[in-house]
Amino acid sequence: MAVLVEADRLRKSFGPILAVEDISLKVEKGEVLGFLGPNGAGKSTTMKMLTGFLEPDAGRARICGINVAERPKEAKSRLGYLPEGAPAYGDMSPRSFLNFIAEVRGFDGASKVAHVDVAIARTGLEGVETQRIETLSKGYKRRVGLAQAILHDPEVLIMDEPTDGLDPNQKHHVRSLITEMAKDKAIIVSTHILEEVEAVCTRAVVIDHGRIVADGTAEALQRRMPYHNAVAIRIAVSEADRVAGALAALAGVAKVERVAAMNGHIRLRALPKPGATIAADVGALLRDQSIVVEELLIERGKLDDVFREITTSSEGGRHA
Amino acid sequence: MRNIWIITKRELGAYFGTPLAYIFVVIFVALTGAFAFFIGNFFERGQADLQPFFAYHPWLYLLLVPAIAMRLWAEERKAGTIELLMTLPISATEAIVGKFLAAWIFIGIALLLTFPMWITVNILGNPDNGVILASYIGSFLMAGAFLAIGSCVSALTKNQVIAFIVAATICFLMVMSGLQLVLGFFRSWAPSFIVDAIASMSFLNHFELISRGVITLPSLFFYFSIIVLFLFANVVVVEQRKAA
Repeated sequence: MAVLVEADRLRKSFGPILAVEDISLKVEKGEVLGFLGPNGAGKSTTMKMLTGFLEPDAGRARICGINVAERPKEAKSRLGYLPEGAPAYGDMSPRSFLNFIAEVRGFDGASKVAHVDVAIARTGLEGVETQRIETLSKGYKRRVGLAQAILHDPEVLIMDEPTDGLDPNQKHHVRSLITEMAKDKAIIVSTHILEEVEAVCTRAVVIDHGRIVADGTAEALQRRMPYHNAVAIRIAVSEADRVAGALAALAGVAKVERVAAMNGHIRLRALPKPGATIAADVGALLRDQSIVVEELLIERGKLDDVFREITTSSEGGRHA
Repeated sequence: MRNIWIITKRELGAYFGTPLAYIFVVIFVALTGAFAFFIGNFFERGQADLQPFFAYHPWLYLLLVPAIAMRLWAEERKAGTIELLMTLPISATEAIVGKFLAAWIFIGIALLLTFPMWITVNILGNPDNGVILASYIGSFLMAGAFLAIGSCVSALTKNQVIAFIVAATICFLMVMSGLQLVLGFFRSWAPSFIVDAIASMSFLNHFELISRGVITLPSLFFYFSIIVLFLFANVVVVEQRKAA
């Protein structure tokens, strides 16, 4: 497959602050890369270097094989970019704004109208196309930014938090739009919502302190979580000791935690050993011992926890 | 060229899409008229020319042109639209020239709308219309030079107030550099060729020459080189921001 986006040892500092230390990655056609990381990790800075808005202190960015620093116009013409917060000229209407973008992108006359129409239809801007952008809701503003980025049907699409601040319906709409476009483009999406990574991304890259700390599928990321596939049950306090002991004795269980006691009930959480699946064993145990369970759930691990896990461990490693 | 014109068109649309354009034009036309009639003693002089009208242009531009220029880049930076603009397939030079031209054309429109002054003076007497045309050209060129300075300063900050004050100060020094106030400061210690060089930088001297009807090559060259110089500095500033 063709590599459409390539970052080669990118590095960037702002005065004394090292924003991006060393980032290399490749995105192929058909891939949707989820770019994850805590605030200030260097996600936006990396995207700005890929799109040619910032010049890296060291390293190279290539779009469709074109060096962004050497041939910026050619690289930028193959790229659609939605900057963070979807900035647009507030005093223009979506249609006139998109007309402007289409002209800059080299479309004229009938093809200009056609491209703008398609972009408006795909992002659902029909009802508001003549209103001033500054009077639109956050969701619509985001859609204007999206329309601007996909207008010329670019080979590479880079979006900085495209669903931030949208309502669930709008999020769903944006995600299905991304999935729809995915097969013939290379797409990079920064986000901090795990469900989004699961829903649209074929690959996830976690960065922290300007370095890549994890690279893999969403599933692989979740597997790094200690709580991944943990089983939580709620039982009567009086049975807590007996059940905890029995759970700990199971082959796949690494540890049993007592989470919270409330109204005579307690929540126990059984953590599996790495790679083990314990749900079936726990179920069998509960049945055999006839334990009355108020609630049972299998935990997946939240991205927040993945962050904390990965990012704190990388920091520990650095200071060690 | 095509990209420059696209940017210019968008910017001009933005001026007239907001009250800014109308307020600016009204105030500009009203103030130029008021200065000519009340301070310049347009009637009392008893001469059919527009000398009292043009004499106050440098001082008006000092206030009004930095006000137009301050938003050129500072606003883009503040609103984040600079990220959009600079990731489109256009060069920094095209964006800068496009924005500058839009602002210059806009000031040109305001200047053209002072035509009732020209009609008035033609009704009252027989002015030398060649001198008036030369004065309009000189005034327009001076506005362009102020604008280029303001545009360059605007790219240095995201704060429009700072952009306004710094640009107005630089323009003020450029206007005053032919006067004793500024020259006296240098004359005490600097060699005479430097003092002469500073004096020749004066907007006022060049403008006075032109508004007497003398369009000389050095004066044209002076204004155009100021414009080119500061727009070039503007490109450097915008490019530099990429690397910073």
